Amino acid sequence: MKRARVAMNGTIYEAIEDNGFLQLNDQHKVTEKDVVWLPPVSPRTVFALGLNYADHAKELSFHAPTEPLVFLKGPNTIVGHRSETKRPPDVDFMHYECELAVVIGKMARNVKASEAYEYVLGYTVANDYAVRDYLENYYRPNLRVKNRDAFTPIGPWLVDKEDIPDPMNLVLRTYVNGALVQEGNTKDMIFTIPMLIEYLTSFMTLNYGDIILTGTPKGAVNVNVGDEVITEIEGIGRLINRII
Amino acid sequence: MGNAVVKIFGMPNITEAEVDPENNSIFLNGTQYHVNQLSWEPPVSGTIYGVLLNYQGAFHRYREQMAHSPYNEPPKAPILYIKPINTLSGYRSPIPLPEDADELEVGAALGVVIGRTATKVKEEEAFQYVAGYTVVNDVAIPHENIYRPAIRERARDGFNPVGPWIIKKESIVDPDSLDIRVFVNGKLAQKNNTKNFIRPVARLLADITEFMTLYPGDVLLTGVPEQAPLVKAGDHVRIEIEGVGSLENTIVHEADYVKGAVR
Repeated sequence: MKRARVAMNGTIYEAIEDNGFLQLNDQHKVTEKDVVWLPPVSPRTVFALGLNYADHAKELSFHAPTEPLVFLKGPNTIVGHRSETKRPPDVDFMHYECELAVVIGKMARNVKASEAYEYVLGYTVANDYAVRDYLENYYRPNLRVKNRDAFTPIGPWLVDKEDIPDPMNLVLRTYVNGALVQEGNTKDMIFTIPMLIEYLTSFMTLNYGDIILTGTPKGAVNVNVGDEVITEIEGIGRLINRII
Repeated sequence: MGNAVVKIFGMPNITEAEVDPENNSIFLNGTQYHVNQLSWEPPVSGTIYGVLLNYQGAFHRYREQMAHSPYNEPPKAPILYIKPINTLSGYRSPIPLPEDADELEVGAALGVVIGRTATKVKEEEAFQYVAGYTVVNDVAIPHENIYRPAIRERARDGFNPVGPWIIKKESIVDPDSLDIRVFVNGKLAQKNNTKNFIRPVARLLADITEFMTLYPGDVLLTGVPEQAPLVKAGDHVRIEIEGVGSLENTIVHEADYVKGAVR
């Protein structure tokens, strides 16, 4: 099942996807354009992975890491489907990153990779923007690059784990103004979803609703004001964002 | 009404109360109680952001290295990190010493609690967005290399005791001039003053909210002074911040760590 959180007529609803329509929790059926899309998960701790696809690491002139490069994101960054993200004036390089987002379903500590999927609630699409002009070599990637307001659209849907038999073999694509600019496959992750859950829970507790953004493949291209950026993952969803 | 905001175990809500930071006591229903007579929960619930190298002494320790790889130049913006929700704990909650660490670094930090949604705040108006101050132990596993985010070193369960209370901002005349003392097993182990900040509180709020919004209940940790005391299992740590309060916690082996236990 595909689940969403939406707002309409001053009310926040939970909704499920039904043949291209949204069925709200009060049983009303509406279209995608009738609602304001909220992030499908109310974020708590949000993890992100740097350099988790070998081709992207190479693109940025890095060797593939031997340990996951993890950083954290604040709730200020998270917005929903059809949101707008501000490109700071006077920067040269702001890029999207299409990422498979894994949502944790229950408290997890010292979980083995072989049991990791038991702790997954579902999946959504994330677009984890970055402004490379602000990169500094302290706790890199620093928050000024990755933790800007509205810099991480997620959605449209939270897709139940049961509907995605193999999350480690999904095509990811990004389109800017309709042109394909990024394409990859989750099978090329360096650290797989089970490995990431084992790694994180080996030293800390994950909680219900925590989100792991699993990294992006190569194809990071600058975006400009006015661009429509669509990040899409096979079977999970198609997330639209506009640069303003 | 009172000069502080508290969350006492068993009370449904965060409430205001009159406290005496010098005597570590609180007045409830007209009776004065010592802090150790009550069970405290962390008085905050938002996102906790830390700032690295915000004391002149801590910054200068890296001065030489900053010219070389991997840093190459001194930092321009505040160096920030996030202490996630699993790290949050309260007054007298134990701090676990993980099995893969020999000792922990005490992070004596003045916590600035945000009172209003703060976006692109001007330095001269920054205090309008502050609700108050609290004492935080920004615990870390010692690490010299600060090139990559220190999640393994800073985001362990229980690595962020906060409390015992939030002192409302009206009680603190100048947050950029407060004595900070750390006692380990009753002996003075570190002494500094917030006048040694590189970025004072208002400047930090301006520089941070330039690109990211802080929300009511969020906490900004204003930095950890240089020569942070190192502690082992069994050690008792007390962080005193002038006019704000004293935060006490004891280090325990991870195997003995139970959330909610009081030592």
